[in-house]
Amino acid sequence: MLRAVAGLGAKPRRGRIALDGRPWLDAEAGVCLPPEERSVGLVFQDYALFPHLSVRRNVAFGLRPGGASVEELLERFRIGHLAEAKPGVLSGGERQRVALARALARRPEVLLLDEPLSALDAHTRGLIRAELRELLDRLALPTIFISHDFRDAAVLAGRAAVMVAGVIRQVGPVAELGSHPADAFVAALTGNNVLPAHAVGDGAGTTLTLEDGQRLRVPAVASGPVGVVIAPSDVRLAADPGGAPGPNLVRGRVGALTRIGGRVEGRIGALEIDRPANDLGPRWPETGEVAWLELPAAAISLVPLEPE
Amino acid sequence: MGDRRSRAGRAAFAALLALCAGIFLTFLAIPLLALFTETPLDRIPELLSEPAVQEILSVTLRTNAIANGLTLLLGTPTAYLLATRRFPGRALLVTLVELPLVLPPAVAGIGLLAAFGSGGLLGGALEENGIVIPFTEWAVVLAIVFVASPFYVRQGIAAFEAVDPQLPAAARTLGAGPARTFLRIFLPLAAGGLAAGWVLAFARGAGEFGATIMFAGNVPGVTQTLTLGIYEQLDANFDLALAIGVLLVVLSAVVLITYKLISSWRSSTSTSISIFQPSPSRLP
Repeated sequence: MLRAVAGLGAKPRRGRIALDGRPWLDAEAGVCLPPEERSVGLVFQDYALFPHLSVRRNVAFGLRPGGASVEELLERFRIGHLAEAKPGVLSGGERQRVALARALARRPEVLLLDEPLSALDAHTRGLIRAELRELLDRLALPTIFISHDFRDAAVLAGRAAVMVAGVIRQVGPVAELGSHPADAFVAALTGNNVLPAHAVGDGAGTTLTLEDGQRLRVPAVASGPVGVVIAPSDVRLAADPGGAPGPNLVRGRVGALTRIGGRVEGRIGALEIDRPANDLGPRWPETGEVAWLELPAAAISLVPLEPE
Repeated sequence: MGDRRSRAGRAAFAALLALCAGIFLTFLAIPLLALFTETPLDRIPELLSEPAVQEILSVTLRTNAIANGLTLLLGTPTAYLLATRRFPGRALLVTLVELPLVLPPAVAGIGLLAAFGSGGLLGGALEENGIVIPFTEWAVVLAIVFVASPFYVRQGIAAFEAVDPQLPAAARTLGAGPARTFLRIFLPLAAGGLAAGWVLAFARGAGEFGATIMFAGNVPGVTQTLTLGIYEQLDANFDLALAIGVLLVVLSAVVLITYKLISSWRSSTSTSISIFQPSPSRLP
């Protein structure tokens, strides 16, 4: 998709790409500007720095007068001390800063980032993600980036589109994708639990039968196969109800629970949970024993299992 | 018992390998050695400064310089085109480039005559316009270009293909048009491969004999190059033929070493996949 916006690769047979009303691609009208005439700054997944040029000359490659000078860009991205180095000797984070500086030197009207964080190790990734966030806030430049990690989108993006095999499943503000997923795929991608269930609606609501036969009750009306969506942070540990299971209590065998910072993450039955450590009380359930969970009806939403 | 037999077997096998390699390498070395022992080495400066040899050297230098110039000038864009564009018939054109590599030089010579000779495919029309190519210095140039430039173009195609396609794409998004992308990205990144190809083409051109003698003849001062000179001096002045031979051996060795140096320099600096295998001596 980014290649189509940048004008690289095969010419799309259909569609329209325009910036401020100026068409870059209009398949019907036969318009297709070459990449050099589109005002894009594309940062490639592996950065595509020119190996035969120094950092300074990489950044200067597309420099257009009227904006920041090469020195200013090197300074701003804290790569001034690397100006004469060849890209081959740089670390992943440094390469990314050079690639960003090089893309911005062209003073683009759109910034395109192709999986900007995927080439980095987990530790650097977190740091760079925060850095990138600050940078994008400061630039105030329309930016499209591709990621396979919803956390990247959550931190960096305003709006997100979920694309599966070239088809957009849902577009909207990032927070909305998590809270109102359009289908089971989007729900799972945004980090929710998705349980397949069979719904039988009546006047007052819907009874959901999970695959293991346990039942839930929600006020929404639905029928047939549905996906039951609940965020891991909304799943609560409950006490053993004794002989009469209350509403929306389900049993599950405890998988490994892990304490990370002040939270506890893990799996109980088919559900991922993620709760503040205090909520679990003094005694955590042991791995292998049966624990009860409460799924508050208000936290449950229903989605189609297959895209509509 | 078994242990002793297998040890004996290993020793016998090693001895067999050494024997075969010894015979083969000796065979390769003997003619080269003979050149140096049979040539009156102390007389080489005197022999090579004869006016006839000076003439041969200047014809060789001039024709090769022009032929190499033409090869670089026309071969580089051709290699770039064939490496970066996909179109129907491309494979056929690549085969056309490679064909002269396997063609016997005599066939190249007769083909050039059939094309540019008087009454040939183009020769007639050229002659009417007062242009006669066969048996002139230009014939030598064309013969060299025909047999030697494919070494350069073939290597050039591989060198351009080895450039990571992301890099020219990046250059384009940074505002560089196709021409600037070629000059600033493709050429410098392919330079090592192009240089290595050129060294091979130069060596092939400097040693050209078969096509030249058929298409350009062996005219002293006009078309007589070093290899043709050796051929002519075989009967007339064997010592002189030997001296020219020594000169060409030295030249060839220099070319080979240059090629190896370029190759190893490339594999140590290149970030894209090397088109050369590292030389076997450096394999583990």
